[in-house]
Amino acid sequence: MSGLAITVDGIGKRYALGARVPYRTFRETVTDAAKKLVTFGKRSTPREELWALRDVSFSVKPGELVGIIGRNGAGKSTLLKVLARITEPSVGQARLEGRLGSLLEVGTGFHPELSGRENIYLSGAILGMRRAEIDRRFDEIVAFAEVDRFVDTPVKHYSSGMYLRLAFAVAAHLEPEILLVDEVLAVGDARFQRKCLDKMQGVGESGRTVLFVSHNMPAITRLCPRTILLDAGTVLRDGPSHAVVGAYLSSGLGTKAARAWDDAEKAPGNEVVRLRGVTVRQGGQIKDGVDIRKPIELEVEFDVLEAGHVLTPNLHFSNSEGVIVFIARDMDPAWMHTPRPRGRFRSTAIIPGNLLAEGTLIVGAAISTMNPKRVHLFEQDAVAFEVMDTTEGDSARGDFAGPMPGIVRPLLQWRTETE
Amino acid sequence: MSGAADVGTEPSQAIATTPATASPVPVTIIEPSRGWVSLKLGELVAYRELIYFLVWRDIKVRYKQTALGAAWAILQPLLTMIVFSLFFGRLAKVPSDGIPYPIFSFAGLVPWTFFASGLAQSSNSLVGSANLLKKVYFPRMAIPIGSILAGLVDFALAFGVLLVLMLYYGITPTVNVLFLPVFVVLALVTSLGTGLWLAALNVEYRDVRFVVPFITQFWLFATPIAYSSSLLGEPWRTLFGINPMVGVVDGFRWALLGTGAPGPIALVSAAAAVVMLVTGAYYFRRMERTFADRV
Repeated sequence: MSGLAITVDGIGKRYALGARVPYRTFRETVTDAAKKLVTFGKRSTPREELWALRDVSFSVKPGELVGIIGRNGAGKSTLLKVLARITEPSVGQARLEGRLGSLLEVGTGFHPELSGRENIYLSGAILGMRRAEIDRRFDEIVAFAEVDRFVDTPVKHYSSGMYLRLAFAVAAHLEPEILLVDEVLAVGDARFQRKCLDKMQGVGESGRTVLFVSHNMPAITRLCPRTILLDAGTVLRDGPSHAVVGAYLSSGLGTKAARAWDDAEKAPGNEVVRLRGVTVRQGGQIKDGVDIRKPIELEVEFDVLEAGHVLTPNLHFSNSEGVIVFIARDMDPAWMHTPRPRGRFRSTAIIPGNLLAEGTLIVGAAISTMNPKRVHLFEQDAVAFEVMDTTEGDSARGDFAGPMPGIVRPLLQWRTETE
Repeated sequence: MSGAADVGTEPSQAIATTPATASPVPVTIIEPSRGWVSLKLGELVAYRELIYFLVWRDIKVRYKQTALGAAWAILQPLLTMIVFSLFFGRLAKVPSDGIPYPIFSFAGLVPWTFFASGLAQSSNSLVGSANLLKKVYFPRMAIPIGSILAGLVDFALAFGVLLVLMLYYGITPTVNVLFLPVFVVLALVTSLGTGLWLAALNVEYRDVRFVVPFITQFWLFATPIAYSSSLLGEPWRTLFGINPMVGVVDGFRWALLGTGAPGPIALVSAAAAVVMLVTGAYYFRRMERTFADRV
């Protein structure tokens, strides 16, 4: 007994790149084997590899709640999959002491044709609960999910909210000593999300060990005293949540206000169009931090490689909690219905001042053909910037210095009448 | 003095007994596996409730979604039997060991249908459960095993029809019928062995789904269902038992209809089925480590 719930020692996970289809056909295997014969067993070209995780080490004490954050592709989900024994590590070792439960998706194993009652048993069994355990907690699960009246109705007739509530309820009543949770709290309405958070907090207080992956920074800081920040498959920071989350948000880690793809071959896109750059500017300058009161310019630069397509650049703005703030498409009448010739284009969108709330905004850039709909490229997390409110009194917060929730913060016109 | 001694012994006793009474903390070591791995049959036993629920789900969903439901289990072998009886029995006059041709072929079709549908279901089972494989850990073998065991319900229904037919033709089984469960197990082992191979191969090579219908058709004619294995002379007849379904079909006919004892054929078939199961299980376990990445 090491006295630790989780010990991760030099875990690495390697994927072979270039294989678009994960599975093979007999033909490929036969031609590969033939090639091997010809080259006397040596690989003619070394296969390109991607380390989704590299030399990850940390340990977690029993009863600790640890958040795991990082941008998309940082290796968070791969780490949970390795610890949940869904996929094997390529190198390294992990040691888990205690019964393990994982919650990587809500509704794992649910079957639409089966009733709520039947799905509780099925999903429970898949998640590793014993039948007696499910029997004992059945009423509790139904009550938590608030589906009492529909428990014998096939879940295909459930609303998506009911479905998610039931699915989460089953998972939330697992009683392992170690629980791995991946982004499952982002389900249901606000009231149910609150309930889920409370439940998670209860899990922590009952002395169980929890690893919690999320993009929901407030949830991470509220639930987990400690957070691990992953980037490009390695542990970048490991410490108190408020410090790690703060560092992550303010660094805009890996995602900056300007991004350029110098190598046209590796730029996102297809044979029609390639993305060459996305830039955030204010007052003509590239800015990571922008003034909440002034307009922000977002420039998308792209190469049209094949003439004759109507192309619409579009931008997807989300905040650090993963909420989509808005989506904007290019409305320039010159190119809205006109096929573009080959060449370099720059489209700039201007976001008015006094519209966004303060905080980090993550921008995804896409270029699509609207009719018929075809997405040529979609680079999520293309750029990010931080909106900063001032205390000079002329923004929407006026002279109020406290926290102001909300995803937008427009400066409104106010009129006063008095009798 | 005795009081002091009591005080002294009590705590040490408590310490000694605690680990034995409290459930031990399971320790899981996660590391890359190399070479041939253990079958982990103990884990499969620990997850028997999951297998039960998977079987139960398959049966429930199948009967809920299809219009004819359970009738399919009976219609499939019954209609095949009618076709066989017309073409092979009436027209080609294939000899049937002195048994009325319809019941002769039906006794072969009942275990065959179990095997063939088990093959179809299990070979597709892992790819069909991709979502589960990617999201939660459990012994992967539970999936093909569950899909094959679910076929036992259909088998039981078709077997009921077989008994009715026997009654109609006035055939009373001999005491050999006591051996019938042995041949049911043989059919199960054959299905499992083949199913494990195909399920794992299908994850690696998606060609398998095109190959399975072909294999099934070929295998049907390589099994004495429309004809009798007594058409073959020795030693070919015994050698024929390498196809485990030969042993199953001959065994069924012997146990129920009183045709010749399968003797050496059954032994060859049993050996072939066990080899198939053991190699299938090892191949499956070896491929299992990459299922989640490939499926």
